[in-house]
Amino acid sequence: MLRVHSIQSLGTVDGPGVRFVVFLQGCHLRCKCCHNPDTWDIKIGKETSVNEIFDKVKRYKEYFGKDGGITLSGGEPLLQAKDAYELFSLCKKEGINTCLDTSGSVMNDDVKKLLTVTDRVLLDIKYTNDEDYRKNVCCSIKPVLEFLEYLDKNSIRTTFRQVIIPTLNDTEENITILKEIRDRHSCVDSVELLAFHKMCETKYQNLGIDFPLSDIPEPTKEKMNKLNSLL
Amino acid sequence: MVHENWNGFKAGIWQDEINVRDFIQTNYQEYCGDESFLVGSTERTDKLMAKVQELFRQERAKGGVLDIDTETVSSLTSYAPGYIDKENELIVGMQTDSPLKRGVNPFGGIRMARQACAAYGYKLSDKVEEEFTFRTTHNDGVFRAYTDEMRAARRSHVITGLPDAYGRGRIIGDYRRVALYGVNRLIELKKADKAAMASGNFNADTTRQTEELFQQITFLGFMKEMAAMYGYDISNPAKNAKEAIQWTYFAYLASIKEQNGAAMSLGRVSTFFDIYIERDIANGILTEKEAQELMDDFVIKLRIARHLRTAEYNELFGGDPMWITEAVGGMGEDGRSLVTKNSFRLLNTLYTLGSSPEPNITILWSNSLPEGFKRFCAKVSVDTDSIQYENDDVMRPIYGDDYAIACCVSAMKIGKQMQFFGARCNLAKLLLIALNGGYDTSSDMHIGPQMSVIEGKALDYDNVMKRFDEYIAWLMHLYVNTMNVIHYMHDKYAYEKTQMALHDTDVERFMAFGIAGLSVVADSLSAIKYAKVRPLRNQNGFIEGFETIGDFPKYGNDDDRVDLIAKDMTHKVITELRKTPTYRNAIHTLSVLTITSNVMYGKNTAATPDGRGDGEPFAPGANPMHNREENGALASLNSVAKISYDDCRDGVSNTFSITPDTLGHSDEERYGNLVSILDGYFAKKAHHINVNVMNRETLLKAYENPEEYPNLTIRVSGYAVNFNKLSREQQREVISRTFHEAM
Repeated sequence: MLRVHSIQSLGTVDGPGVRFVVFLQGCHLRCKCCHNPDTWDIKIGKETSVNEIFDKVKRYKEYFGKDGGITLSGGEPLLQAKDAYELFSLCKKEGINTCLDTSGSVMNDDVKKLLTVTDRVLLDIKYTNDEDYRKNVCCSIKPVLEFLEYLDKNSIRTTFRQVIIPTLNDTEENITILKEIRDRHSCVDSVELLAFHKMCETKYQNLGIDFPLSDIPEPTKEKMNKLNSLL
Repeated sequence: MVHENWNGFKAGIWQDEINVRDFIQTNYQEYCGDESFLVGSTERTDKLMAKVQELFRQERAKGGVLDIDTETVSSLTSYAPGYIDKENELIVGMQTDSPLKRGVNPFGGIRMARQACAAYGYKLSDKVEEEFTFRTTHNDGVFRAYTDEMRAARRSHVITGLPDAYGRGRIIGDYRRVALYGVNRLIELKKADKAAMASGNFNADTTRQTEELFQQITFLGFMKEMAAMYGYDISNPAKNAKEAIQWTYFAYLASIKEQNGAAMSLGRVSTFFDIYIERDIANGILTEKEAQELMDDFVIKLRIARHLRTAEYNELFGGDPMWITEAVGGMGEDGRSLVTKNSFRLLNTLYTLGSSPEPNITILWSNSLPEGFKRFCAKVSVDTDSIQYENDDVMRPIYGDDYAIACCVSAMKIGKQMQFFGARCNLAKLLLIALNGGYDTSSDMHIGPQMSVIEGKALDYDNVMKRFDEYIAWLMHLYVNTMNVIHYMHDKYAYEKTQMALHDTDVERFMAFGIAGLSVVADSLSAIKYAKVRPLRNQNGFIEGFETIGDFPKYGNDDDRVDLIAKDMTHKVITELRKTPTYRNAIHTLSVLTITSNVMYGKNTAATPDGRGDGEPFAPGANPMHNREENGALASLNSVAKISYDDCRDGVSNTFSITPDTLGHSDEERYGNLVSILDGYFAKKAHHINVNVMNRETLLKAYENPEEYPNLTIRVSGYAVNFNKLSREQQREVISRTFHEAM
């Protein structure tokens, strides 16, 4: 059984090509920039059998083309690695490309197993130093970097993703470090900088939680272009 | 037979018989590359187009109609030649003597012509009025024969939009024949067909056919006269690309001068033209720049085509459309695609001349189309929102590889098949009439079998279905009979002489029926089945609304529980239709397509069990109801794809709007993803899709400040419109539609 937050049958921004995206419920991190606070609670969500999800995914196979497939996002999919492995195994057998959208902050045997049937990891590398990570994610960056080492050792194709948040990580220096980390890991073949946006504010309001970044502006197009050019 | 103007073409049976398909197959060169060879517009084209844009501006400023010639009855030779800018036009010919000036065409009905003039502050001249005092129009004929029940069905709007007061349209002449063979040869062969009838038995059918042939021959003669007025002799085959385009356009022009049919589609001309263009380029008499100019000029002519319509008509078919549908691409039976460089040039007119709803460019999509072409089509969609897609892989096995699309989604073999257009019936209203035992609360009319109002505190699914089936059987019988009257009279009083002259003498006919409100009915029946629906009765005992308690599966979420209700409904309707024989043994077909009439159908339909309020619009075509889709765009597409093309041979229309950000980060990603979506949707055997890639905000801005968006084009339901030409009500409905958005 997987705890599912929601399903998006057409995802084009969470992995290559056209993707069927399953957002899993539950996350142990509390990132200040999180745009899905409704996926935090680990106890809610729709319990759905692996087979039920797999049957659904199959209905979209024709749309996947040569690049697309399934993406498990969240929440933090690694928290449900055991059943995620079952789902991805079925998908692999069916020839469906698998992609994992994760913070990379969990490592255990189930996760290792899951990675054997994962074609690509979208690694949300939120900050590039431990200090910022601790300040804005409330834990250490160490597990994430270890996770990355593991991906590299096992040659799992990886995309770096980073949400660019003005005043927190929008410096050129940050991008330079990000680039250095990328260059040290041959598994990383692409980097996506995502502009911070505040469309999630209503979600916070509905949940009665303060959105900690409500005063931070969204980055300008020019800024994003500039940072992208450094890559 | 050989003709010197055919020099350089490969020989084939096309020389001995009228067979444009064989000419194409024998001579065309498939193009598998990308759009890099295309050129931009020339200074000449820009200047000409600037004049046209100014005319469009004036037309808008005058409330949608620039001018009307109220003195002349539209026909092939009734107007002096007209030009935009005589010296600078490459392709000539105009409907009246001046661009955007509309002619009157009272053959469908004089009342309609009168009202249309009045709607724009003109008065139909006494001369035309007098002329038609002693003439029976199509409309006169129909109303002489209509039964009381047919009139009642029309008045209650359970059947609406019937072509009983205007030209039926949806007939595509094989306009290419004029270019390939010249008019003399066509006349000669029609004369031979007429002569051959002498040896048979004369009865009503053959006598009618003989008279029709006489009319066809006469009008082919008029077509030559019309061309001569512009200084061209189209007796013989075209000798180069410019003539091929000009001859073909003359044939089309003759048709729209003669007929004001709702949809006057073009067919499939671009690859045909490519053969002439390639020959000219090989002979060193044409350059790429000149080839694009010819296509640009041809398309300008198509963009200024107009018919005069009434306000009621515009309510059904908003945006002043002509449905000059041109089918592009598709696969050949030998496995080569029919994509040529000229397929690209036609699409390129959306850049050289700017985006536009006309011609209604329709891509015949196959998974096997060349990748370069697929990608370019996707780019054009993302950039212009002006084109639509239909599934060649489901149509080609039925219609072969030389079919085209009439109107929005109606496939037919060019020059070999035609259809009798039949608008649509309102299935949601019929459900309410059934529940009320033959009473329509919206129109306050008793109609259909009379029985008691359905009983019970909550509606029982099986009871409702049993009741609904009876009313479907009743309405479909009435619908076929009504159509038989209309098309008998249209043939008798407003026969399409020019267009039928460009068909084989023995044609196959379709009778195209339609339904509106499919998603409303599917969701309503799903509510009755899976939730609890309590009818709210008025003091007379009639049901006027519903209280729906609990959740129920909704069409548009890839949920078989409700999607199959929709699918079964179309099957039921076509099965019932087939029980009543048609005029001229036409083959019954069915479409799920509304044009913009979904607004009007909704207005005339009381509240339904799915939660839709009294008078609220339906979703267009086969679309799920707005904003009921909860699982994203592909789930919605999968639901629509379940409607079977075998049941709906006249097409299943789906209009799909997606925000650019939902389609991908970069343009290149968007093109690739759109190609994947189209490949997937059509692999599911879906039939049609309109694609809009835009943000709702753009439409809201255009709604508030129309002057800033004069050329904003959007796909609505089987066709594209200039957003500003829709009524405010239609605009609001378009804005309220689902825009697929994912975060």
